[in-house]
Amino acid sequence: MTNHYLSEAVERIQPSGIRKFFDLASSMDNIISLGVGEPDYATPWNIREASIASLERGMTSYTANAGILELREEISRYLNREFHTPYDPENEVIVTAGASEAIDLAMRSTVNPGDEVLVVEPSFVSYAPLVSLIGGVPVSVPTSIENGFKVTADQIAERVTDRTRGILLCFPNNPTGTVMTKEELEQVATVIEKHDLIVYSDEIYAEMTYDGRHVSVPALKGMRERTVLISGFSKAFAMTGWRLGYVCAPAPIAAGMLKIHQYAMMCASTMAQYGALEALRNGKDEMLEMVESYRQRRNFFVSSLKDIGLDCHTPGGAFYAFPSIKSTGLSSESFAEKLLFAERIAVVPGNVFGEGGEGHIRCSYATSLSQLEEAVDRIDSFLKEIK
Amino acid sequence: MELLRLLEKDGRMPVKTIAKMLDVSEEEIEDMMRALEKRKVILGYSGIVDWTKVDSPEGITAMIDVKVQPKRGVGFDEVAERIYRFKEVKALYLMSGTYDLSVVIEGRTMSEVGQFVSEKLSTLESVLSTTTHFQLKKYKHDGVVFEDGDEDHRIVVSP
Ligand SMILES: Cc1ncc(COP(=O)(O)O)c(C=O)c1O
Repeated sequence: MTNHYLSEAVERIQPSGIRKFFDLASSMDNIISLGVGEPDYATPWNIREASIASLERGMTSYTANAGILELREEISRYLNREFHTPYDPENEVIVTAGASEAIDLAMRSTVNPGDEVLVVEPSFVSYAPLVSLIGGVPVSVPTSIENGFKVTADQIAERVTDRTRGILLCFPNNPTGTVMTKEELEQVATVIEKHDLIVYSDEIYAEMTYDGRHVSVPALKGMRERTVLISGFSKAFAMTGWRLGYVCAPAPIAAGMLKIHQYAMMCASTMAQYGALEALRNGKDEMLEMVESYRQRRNFFVSSLKDIGLDCHTPGGAFYAFPSIKSTGLSSESFAEKLLFAERIAVVPGNVFGEGGEGHIRCSYATSLSQLEEAVDRIDSFLKEIK
Repeated sequence: MELLRLLEKDGRMPVKTIAKMLDVSEEEIEDMMRALEKRKVILGYSGIVDWTKVDSPEGITAMIDVKVQPKRGVGFDEVAERIYRFKEVKALYLMSGTYDLSVVIEGRTMSEVGQFVSEKLSTLESVLSTTTHFQLKKYKHDGVVFEDGDEDHRIVVSP
């Protein structure tokens, strides 16, 4: 689908593999979807209420480019309290249109054409394309089920060149659910520091860490001054449709990102910012309840997958299981497609998440228990069919 | 107690499922449930029914505010007991404010409830007055929203 009006950068990137699968799945009825990368809860009512109230009070104009100061202050307090990462609300926090915009800002403000950015894969689908869009070169650092989809310092060191600018990390991870321990992250941090790389740390699933506490990259020794922290409200507070996230970085980097944000976006949606303020102030109980319910469903789903013979590591966070389907001899794409047609279960083939994803499927367990039970039954009969 | 929360939401959840969700063995869950039943923490397992959807004569629920004369020595407890023993009484609460007891009654018809109030409740010696409110429609009951359109609005596959 080329056209001489399109830029080379746009021609260079591919549409998301998820999109392709979506088109296929959405043409069918009665599907149980494990393909959904978002909570199955509606946003808690107090948050919705706060946003409605802001509209009633007529808060309908632009806010400061970086977001309302009150919200930045609250974000700063929240990060400090929960993850021991203090940021100056005036100069180091920017409220964005989702973590998605935050990732884009981080890339655009720090990467030059030709620079290489390491992407730990399997990864969220937007990382590599966003690097490519600005003329950067995404370099895959593949992880595999053998080491629980964790990245090692050696793997990073092997791929560093003169042109390497930074590295994209995401723990808890989409799609694998992998969480790295403090010690493991510290080892990675050593090599990052040695090569003077920037870390783009997408911690949008931080609150959904099930065994132990989340370790934030900028809280590690030597990391804060080189880290761009990306997060948002979509997952933990069930606010995907609000398009609200934030990005924190040392002041000079934040100032750079703010330049782009102010020209491209002006500011994030005002009513969403008021909702987010309520989320941080009074949203913790309900958030913890949702997280507990994901944890229980994770336990149920992963152990059920093992029962029917799918090899699956235990995801320590987020709401995805990433079982291996290698034993079936099918590629992940053909497995997902056959499963969809035979049993009407939608999952996402692992190869769309980059290197290391082939041979796996991503199943989101953020769906009702009864649907999960039904899904496991159907996957079970599918496995028996194709044997 | 996550076990209790799960059972409160769905009393029919199989032990096997609960065990998987909480990552403990089925025997342990069974032991825990038996112990909780014994200690009367779990008092029973019931279903929540939307009777308006069933082809049977609809029941009627009334909430009655009752003012009573408390008795020396036993306070409200004695009259409360006399009231909650009636099988028509589904719930009974001692309230602060302008009246003392709140009685929830279920009957088949309005006159059945009326009869209960006039013949059984208001004739009790310590009952000074009653005010009866009939429920017209149930929107939410025991934390469950009735007529809730809770279909999944999410697109089938997303990042
Ligand atoms: C790892 C990761 N980062 C960022 C996002 C985007 O989140 P937002 O809705 O805040 O743009 C997602 C959404 O799926 C994600 O999985």
